[in-house]
Amino acid sequence: MLKVERLTKTYATAGGRELTVLKEVSFALAAGASLAIVGPSGSGKTTLLGLCAGLDQPSSGTVELAGKSIGILSEDARALVRNAHVGFVFQNFQLVPTLTAVENVLVPVELRGEGGPEAEREAEGLLQRVGLGERCDHYPVQLSGGEQQRVALARAFMNRPKILFCDEPTGNLDGDTAHAMVELIFNLNHERQTTLVLVTHDLELAKRCQRIIRLKGGAVVSDEAAAAVTSDK
Amino acid sequence: MTSDKNEPSHHSLMIAHSSPVTRHSSLRFVLKMAWRDSRASRRRLVLFSFSVVLGIAALVAIGSLGANLERGIDEQAKGLLGADLIITGRNPLGAAPRAHVATMATEVAQETSFSSMMAFPTAKNLTRLVNVRATEGGFPFYGDFVTVPADAPAKLRAGGNVVIVEETLLRQFDAKVGDEVKLGNTLFTVIGALQKLPGESSALSATIAPRALIPKAALEATGLAERNVLVRHRTMLKLAPERGAEAVEREMRQKFGSEGLGYDTVAERKRNLGRVLDNIENFLGLVGFVALFLGAIGVASAIHVYVQQKIPTVAVLRCLGATARQSFGVYLVQGVALGVFGAVVGAALGLAVQVALPYLLADLLPFEVKFFIAWPAVARGTGAGLVICVLFTLLPLLAVRKVSPLVALRSAFAERVGVGPDPWRIAIGVFIVAAVALFAIWQTGRLRDGLGFTAVLGAGFGILGGLAKFVAWSARRWLPRRWPYVMRQGVANLYRPNNRTVLLLLSLGLGTFLMLTLFLTRTTLLKEIEFSSGGGRPNLLLFDIQDDQIDGVKQATTAEGAPVLVHAPIVTMKISAVKGRKVEDLMRDRRGGAPTPAPESAESRKDGDAESRKSEDREKAWKGGGERRMPGWTLRREYRSTFRGQLEGTERLVSGTFVGQVAPGEAVVPVSIEEGLFKEMGLQLGDEIEWDVQGVPIRSKVASVRAVEWRRLEPNFFVVFPVGVLEPAPKFHVAAVRAENSEHSARVQRTIVAAFPNVTAIDLALVMQTVDGIFTKVAFVIEFMAAFTVLTGVIVLAGAVMTGRFQRIRETVLLRTLGATHRQLVQIQLVEYAILGVLAAIVGCALSIAGNALLAKFVFRITPSVPIGLVIVGGFAVCVVTVVTGLLTSRGITNHPPLEVLRQET
Repeated sequence: MLKVERLTKTYATAGGRELTVLKEVSFALAAGASLAIVGPSGSGKTTLLGLCAGLDQPSSGTVELAGKSIGILSEDARALVRNAHVGFVFQNFQLVPTLTAVENVLVPVELRGEGGPEAEREAEGLLQRVGLGERCDHYPVQLSGGEQQRVALARAFMNRPKILFCDEPTGNLDGDTAHAMVELIFNLNHERQTTLVLVTHDLELAKRCQRIIRLKGGAVVSDEAAAAVTSDK
Repeated sequence: MTSDKNEPSHHSLMIAHSSPVTRHSSLRFVLKMAWRDSRASRRRLVLFSFSVVLGIAALVAIGSLGANLERGIDEQAKGLLGADLIITGRNPLGAAPRAHVATMATEVAQETSFSSMMAFPTAKNLTRLVNVRATEGGFPFYGDFVTVPADAPAKLRAGGNVVIVEETLLRQFDAKVGDEVKLGNTLFTVIGALQKLPGESSALSATIAPRALIPKAALEATGLAERNVLVRHRTMLKLAPERGAEAVEREMRQKFGSEGLGYDTVAERKRNLGRVLDNIENFLGLVGFVALFLGAIGVASAIHVYVQQKIPTVAVLRCLGATARQSFGVYLVQGVALGVFGAVVGAALGLAVQVALPYLLADLLPFEVKFFIAWPAVARGTGAGLVICVLFTLLPLLAVRKVSPLVALRSAFAERVGVGPDPWRIAIGVFIVAAVALFAIWQTGRLRDGLGFTAVLGAGFGILGGLAKFVAWSARRWLPRRWPYVMRQGVANLYRPNNRTVLLLLSLGLGTFLMLTLFLTRTTLLKEIEFSSGGGRPNLLLFDIQDDQIDGVKQATTAEGAPVLVHAPIVTMKISAVKGRKVEDLMRDRRGGAPTPAPESAESRKDGDAESRKSEDREKAWKGGGERRMPGWTLRREYRSTFRGQLEGTERLVSGTFVGQVAPGEAVVPVSIEEGLFKEMGLQLGDEIEWDVQGVPIRSKVASVRAVEWRRLEPNFFVVFPVGVLEPAPKFHVAAVRAENSEHSARVQRTIVAAFPNVTAIDLALVMQTVDGIFTKVAFVIEFMAAFTVLTGVIVLAGAVMTGRFQRIRETVLLRTLGATHRQLVQIQLVEYAILGVLAAIVGCALSIAGNALLAKFVFRITPSVPIGLVIVGGFAVCVVTVVTGLLTSRGITNHPPLEVLRQET
């Protein structure tokens, strides 16, 4: 499902020097698998997630997503790939503030012209599934952080993605809400046979995945099965 | 594709893969998203469009009102001539031209005029030189023939020995309606006092003497016409609407070129009113332009802020698979909708103003204008407004295309939006410049003026943009660390991320520049009008003053409180040879089918512009590939020349050296020739002209060329001799004084006539009244329209500051959360707004002074007026408006709890 080879990302700094935030990262992920990317702040986790999801272009190396090499695609072509195969959950929810909950969920399908009553029913079903069946017409500002993140999760599954990328999905949530959110993510992931890539600081959350890649200074320092991480501990 | 409940997703995925988003579905998404996304911002978008609403309303109202006033002024101008075409000649119109005229005109009137003395039996038979007009027919066809009583014109047309006499003349002789006056051998009963007669706008041709109108049938009995060698005949025509007066004139010139006829049309008379009317038209164009430009800047700056706020949303859409085109489309739709809303509401508002104007302005307008909706003006205003608005909206919107989906992950990426070269941005920029230039050219009606105006605006943009960058850089570089916190915070706001320094300096500075330029241009134009038609200018000309009377006249007028302002000795002369060739030879050369100009039209054509335009036309007509021929009138006419040692205020040296004095006995006298005549005769500096000064030959050479401001109603001359030559020649004097009002004028005249019965006093009050009337109306138009546009500018200016509220809200709330007091927050904003306001005011003022100078020099061709007081007040007002608006619009943020504000605004 996801194949990353020798992925490197370098930025030019204001002083004209180059800053390499990701160095030669390689891994592959089969369909339905789950991967957690962990590491300290500034280790390159979010950069790696962005590159894997086709949000940015690597300086070198390749990313193959759902059988497509997305590194060579234009931004608009990558957008189509994202729309077709990718779901996102962000740390700060990233709901469109001017849209209601159900409209936010509908955006991915409406983007490809597939809106309509059927899609709306499906979106409401998803909101129902995440426990927000009664809040369909609420705007983000009228929802709590946990509720917003659940809307974001519903939106992520609306286009029936092959792969779900989560960037610190519980980072802005309190303990109980975070726990409920994690359950939802994994349950939906399991139900829909979605491949999961998760960036987190939370080792407990990472351990729910089948595999954990640990980054430091932009390089992979370990790539192990979650069980192994547990036994190490 | 599949009915498997477990994999229902494949269907849609396959569609997405196999057929990329269709154009139709993409458009549907864009429209739907644009509508939904605008929900929380509609009020704000309406607020943004408010600036362009007023701009377009101003444009529509100005366009439509301009058309109204233009029509009003046109009608006035027509009234100034009183007819569509007037044919003049020394002889009555011949049979052939008369027959031709009969086929062209719907109405014809005749007039025979000459100067004669009028005796007043009721005033001890005192006499006075008057201009007798023996009329027949319904002239004037247009304009007001104002007499007291009002039915006098009808009585005049009814015939009999009746006369309408110049009101000031009656007053001068204490005569009244019903009294008798004597012309030649006939007694006439005064049936009315003449106040205003259309067509009498030129002082030297129309009011060379007070007018006395008699029926033509009564002329013969006076026995005056046949004895007078200076009889002039005028045939006044009213043409069918489809016949153009100038076309008829051309036709007449072709057919009856040898008849020695002169022509006067409304168009020429309009030209003769000087450049002021042109100036007004240009100015109206400018006013509309400024209103729209200000509105567009307001919208652009508001959209810029709006787009900055929308970046996270765009990033999310991009993450979810929206293409750059789709996300751009969402906001483009909103931008266009904003423009359409602004255009429609603006047009409606403009029309409402138009509808309301007759009621609002009925008492204010000094003349009656028929209000009508000029639909072409409405369409032009709305269309141009929409195009300019959308173009200006596009520029900030382009940034949407560059929003990276990474912004959803890291807001730091939002900083890069809009950074770096973008060919589209350059293309839109070029397009905007082209659109602005086209609009300016269209509004001013002149390529050079339009481009010049665009260049000045561009320069203003560049200077303000550069200054803003410099200010931000300087604030960062030199911010003193020891300053109080609020000062440092306020100054630091000038360079921090999301600062509004460039945006506000541009909009405030350009706003100041445009509005103040408007004010300054208005002042410049009003000064010019005041200078041309009022103020301390002479309005009473005293003619026929003999050499031994001039000192007495000066004393008498001074005693009456009207000292002589201008005095000129006049010597009549004719040209006898040019460049060594006799006039007779030159005249012979002229014959041979070339168009003959009107012999006496030169006297009536005193306007420099009309003169030079005509001369250009004639130059083309006469050159015909051969040698330049001198126009007959320049050779035949009797020149009334003066001599003096210096140029007058109405003159400007164009080339050569003005020689003010020569030693007695100088063989070849250096003279100064008026520019128009110089061109007309095809002269060169140094060319020799021989004059016949009442029998005495005097050789002269062209030493200098003068531009003469004929518009000013003062004694002006084609030829000026130096002191030391003409003194012994028979001459008379002209003196000009200023009377405060018509009573004063009559008093001065009575005194002069009593002491010097031969002196003719020409009251320019009536002429001035006509010209003043038009200028007063024009001044009103300027004030009204400038006020409308300036009001628009102030609102746009306020709007530009208000948009800042949305940019600074988070920062202010954060400071509030961290414990900043209301006072501290206000001080921080005060510092920032004050710096921006002062800088914008300084640069705006400087630019407006430069802009006004350029406009005055190249567009209006007049001297710029820079009232420093107005500039200072204008600059100060900008600072105050900036600070007050800034503080007022921030009140909501600083007065409420942070959480409440955050919930409302985010």
